[in-house]
This record gives sequence, structure tokens and C-alpha cells, in this order.
Amino acid sequence: MIKIRNLRKTFNIDSVNENLAIDKVDLNIKKSDFITVIGSNGAGKSTLLNLIAGVYPPNSGKIVIDGLDVTPLKEHSRAKFIGRVFQDPMMGTAASMTIEENFSMAHSRGKMRGLKIGVNKKKRELFRSHLKLLGLGLEDRLKDKVGLLSGGQRQSLTLLMATLNEPKVLLLDEHTAALDPKTAQQVMEITKMIVTKYKLTTIMVTHNMTQALAIGNRLIMMHQGKIILDAKGADRDKLTVDALLNEFQKVRGSLTDKSLLSINTVTPKC
Amino acid sequence: MTLYAALGAISQGLVYALMALGVYLTFRVLDFPDLTVDGSLPLGAAVAAVMITKGINPFVTLPVAFAAGMAAGFVTAFLSTNLKILNLLASILTMIALYSINIRIMGRPNIPFINEVTIFDYFPWITKLIVSIGIPGRYANIALSLVIFLIVVICIKFVLDFFLHTDLGLAMRATGDNESMIRAQGVNTHFTIMLGVALSNGLVALCGALVAQDQGLADVTMGVGTIVAGLASVIIGEALFGEMTVFRATLGVIVGSVIYRLAIAFALSLRIGDFVISPSDLKLITAMLVVFALMFPEIRSRIKIGVLKRWGDGK
Ligand SMILES: Nc1ncnc2c1ncn2[C@@H]1O[C@H](COP(=O)(O)OP(=O)(O)O)[C@@H](O)[C@H]1O
Ligand SMILES: [Mg+2]
Repeated sequence: MIKIRNLRKTFNIDSVNENLAIDKVDLNIKKSDFITVIGSNGAGKSTLLNLIAGVYPPNSGKIVIDGLDVTPLKEHSRAKFIGRVFQDPMMGTAASMTIEENFSMAHSRGKMRGLKIGVNKKKRELFRSHLKLLGLGLEDRLKDKVGLLSGGQRQSLTLLMATLNEPKVLLLDEHTAALDPKTAQQVMEITKMIVTKYKLTTIMVTHNMTQALAIGNRLIMMHQGKIILDAKGADRDKLTVDALLNEFQKVRGSLTDKSLLSINTVTPKC
Repeated sequence: MTLYAALGAISQGLVYALMALGVYLTFRVLDFPDLTVDGSLPLGAAVAAVMITKGINPFVTLPVAFAAGMAAGFVTAFLSTNLKILNLLASILTMIALYSINIRIMGRPNIPFINEVTIFDYFPWITKLIVSIGIPGRYANIALSLVIFLIVVICIKFVLDFFLHTDLGLAMRATGDNESMIRAQGVNTHFTIMLGVALSNGLVALCGALVAQDQGLADVTMGVGTIVAGLASVIIGEALFGEMTVFRATLGVIVGSVIYRLAIAFALSLRIGDFVISPSDLKLITAMLVVFALMFPEIRSRIKIGVLKRWGDGK
């Protein structure tokens, strides 16, 4: 489904700030795989997702999605294959526009945008039925501005918008990290429900090891731009938080205490 | 203030509302501070004056002026998006370049064409109607301009409102609100920015063409301070109407523009002892007004949030 070959990304190349963020990453992702990605701060998790989404081009290597080499495609040209939710709840929606307008823009992803009216009765019904899935009552607030919603509501909405056209891959970058624990858990539940419903191929970055083990069928650990652990099948099911911490210990020599601190192991079960 | 001055101010307010709608499109919808308008207003006027003095139908000048304005806006947006020049600077560059271009178009710094046929000569029936409802003949001309400008600005307002609710229009609004979000939804934001800035300057040039025909004069300096008047109109409109919906926002811009021109006419009629405000003081007054309004972003945001809240609770 997704093939990543020899991917490499260096920021600020040829300057004192030169920074190798992704170092020769190879990854094969099967259809309907749900991969959780963990790793310390600065390991390159977000960079990997941004490269897949085409936010910036890699220095070398290629990315193939469903048989199509997307490496030369700009971000907006590959958006039709990709659904994304960011860490910042403000990033995924347009605050000054209404819920139905935001939905309409997601509905048009990958289609020509012309001079047809953005929200009509038929679309409104569709949006309403999707919003009902969330169970947040948003289906009755279609004409409310998104800026009026809470962080959790916005994040749930972004998730729904990202999956509206059943993307070939869903990229979640610590999408619950900015929420309070209870809301975070709610959004995780919604994530599970939507991913299961559409059998979406998903890559989810998380800081939270418990969460990384509670969801998905494959786990990847990154460190300094490399994949240092890739567990699937029975290996993945045997993994425990302690085993993961052990792996972190192994690379600790090059880890600062500060980055270890950012790895959170205590969470409510989900 | 005389009735004549008031009618004149309203008529001016209506025609310059087209320009203010353009400013709304860049500053508010796209969040793209665009000063090109100081050059695209006389550009529209120059195009109209040259075509009319060459004997071309005055109605034809309007779409041509609009297209010329769009080209100017496109240049600004291109400099900003593709050549990565800061948007404000990009617009100043285009504005300065337009000074030379406008003189090239006219062949000299101004063209008076007061005796030529303009669009206002095509509606004797409106004039008759105006006189027949009892408006004195000396007001007939100014009332005619007022009526025509009112019709034009209302039509443009509704077209703009509709456009901003189409798929493309939504993408344009989102570009100004959250560029990375709309890019993730597959929109080429360079395109929406170019289209928006072009449309904005098209409106401004259309305004220039209408003003020139109304006054029978195109002058290369007539654009000086346009942007400040436009901003003042937008800000007055927001203070009165809030930014709730596109429909209200554009209505606010039009009303804001009329109020702005009325306020200026009023200021000009003032006499404080021996001191009389002269027309050349108006740019200073407008600039101070805009600075004053911009100095209080927290007040402005409170106005916005207040309106948002009221609307949210009303559900
Ligand atoms: N846009 C950027 N410009 C320069 N450096 C960046 C940029 N994005 C990330 N980096 C650097 O690349 C490295 C990996 O960052 P990132 O992928 O964000 O890590 P994380 O695993 O915490 O998501 C870090 O050292 C970071 O400073
Ligand atoms: Mg990150």
C-alpha cells in the first residue's frame, strides 16, 4: 500500500544548523495497517509524517502510495490520498468558518473546486449523519463557527473531516497530546471507531506508550531519524511498556534525560 | 452640510464601496495586506479615459478596467507567492510600477473628458424618473450617479457573497484563515491567493473607471490614499456590523464606505473659529482614524467575540 524507500531529510543543509532528521528510512505499510509510532522528542516522527504528506520534499528516497510514486507531487496534489490530524487542535479547521463550511471543504478534497455552492441541502444531510457518529451534538450546530468549539470538539471534527473521503492513509501526529486526559480518551475512542469503520491505513504518532500498545497492529520506535524497532504480529502483541522502556534504555547513551522525561507511561486505559 | 454635499458624499461612498469590497477581500478574507490599490484605482480610470476619448462605448471600458486591475493584482500576488517577496512589499512594488504604467497608458499625467459620452448619458429615463418624483432638477445629475452606483454596488455585493460561498470561495476564505489546513484539504493556496488579489484589484479598477466617468477626469494621482480610505470603510463596517457572516460583512463595508464619505463631507463643512479643514487635511485625518482603530486590537477582538458569543447563545 505504502512503500517508503531510502528516505532521507536534512534540514538547513550546508549550514551550522544542519540537522539530519530522517536517516535512510525504509518502510512497507500494508493496507489497513494501524501503525503507532513512538520515540523521544526530535526523533523525526513528525518529519516522517510531513514527508509522506508532502509538506516539504525529501533530500533523497521515494514514497509510493498505492502504486503511485508521490515523491514529486506537492502537498496539495497528494492531499486527495491523505487525511491528516495535527497536534494543535487549531490547525485542522478554519475557525472563522462554520462547521458545515469546514466539512464542505473536506468533502471537496481531491475534487475540482468551482463555482458551485459549497453547502447545499444534500451535503448538509450527509454532514449531519457523519457528525452524529461523534455523539457530541455537533449535528445540531452546523451553522456555528468552529472557533466556538472546544479543543476536543475541534479535534474530533478534524478527524471526521480527514476521513470523510476515506483517504488511502490517515496521518495522526500526537492528535490527543494537547487535550486534557478525559477529552484525549474520548478522541482516541472516536479515532478507533472511525479507523475500524473504514478499515483505514493509519500512522499514529504518540508520546504515550500505553496508548501506543493499546491500539493498532504494528509499533515503530524511532530514534535520531532511524527506525530502531519495528514490531508486528505476535512480536507486537507480546510487547509491554517495560519492554519498550528497555529499548529506550539501550539507546540511552545518546538520549538526554530531558527527552526521556517526555515519554509518558501513565495514562488511563483506553 | 448642504443636501447637495450629502448626496454627493453618499454617491461617493457607494462607488468607493467597490474599492472597499476589494480591500475587504485582501485584508480580511485573504489576510493579505495589499497596497496595490493606490495604483489600480487610477489604472482603471486611465483605461476608461483612454478608451472613451478614442470613442469606444463607455460600458466596454468597465470589463476592460476590471481585467487590467486583475492583471495588476496578479502581479502583486505572483511576486509574493512565487518569488517569495513579503506581501506588503510586493504590493508597494506593483503600486509604484503602476504610476509609470498609468502615465504610459494615458500618454500624460491626466485626461479630462468631461464632454465625452459616459455611461451616465445612457439613462435619461432614470433622470426623468428622478425629476418626476419631485426631486429638484439641480440634484438630478448627482441623484442619477447615486442611483447607478447603488445598483452596481448591490449587484457586486450579491455576486461577491455568492462567490464566497462556492467551493472556490470557501477555499479562498480558508486560505486567509488557516493556510496549512486548506492545503491539507488539497487546495493550491498560491492559486487562491492570486485569484483573490486579482479579483480585489479588479474591483478597485472598476471603481476607478466609474469614478473617472462620473468626474470626467482621470488623473494619475487620484489613487493616493485609496488604501487608507478602504481600510477605514472596512473598519467602520466591522464596528457596526461585526464580522458574523459574509453577507453582513460586505454590507458593513458598503455602509462603512458611505459613512466614511459622509463624515469627511461633514468635517469639511466644519468651522472652528478661523480654522477650516481643507481637503488636503483629509488624508491626515483618515490616517489618524485608521491608526486609532488599529491601536485597539483588543477592543476590536472584543467586538468580534462579543458578536460571536451573542450569535452562539442565540442558537
Ligand atoms: N521545519 C524544520 N526546520 C528545521 N528543522 C526541523 C524542522 N522540523 C523539524 N526539524 C528538526 O528535525 C528533527 C526532528 O523533528 P521532528 O520530526 O519534529 O521530531 P518529533 O519526533 O519530535 O516529531 C528535530 O531536530 C527538529 O528540530
Ligand atoms: Mg512531533
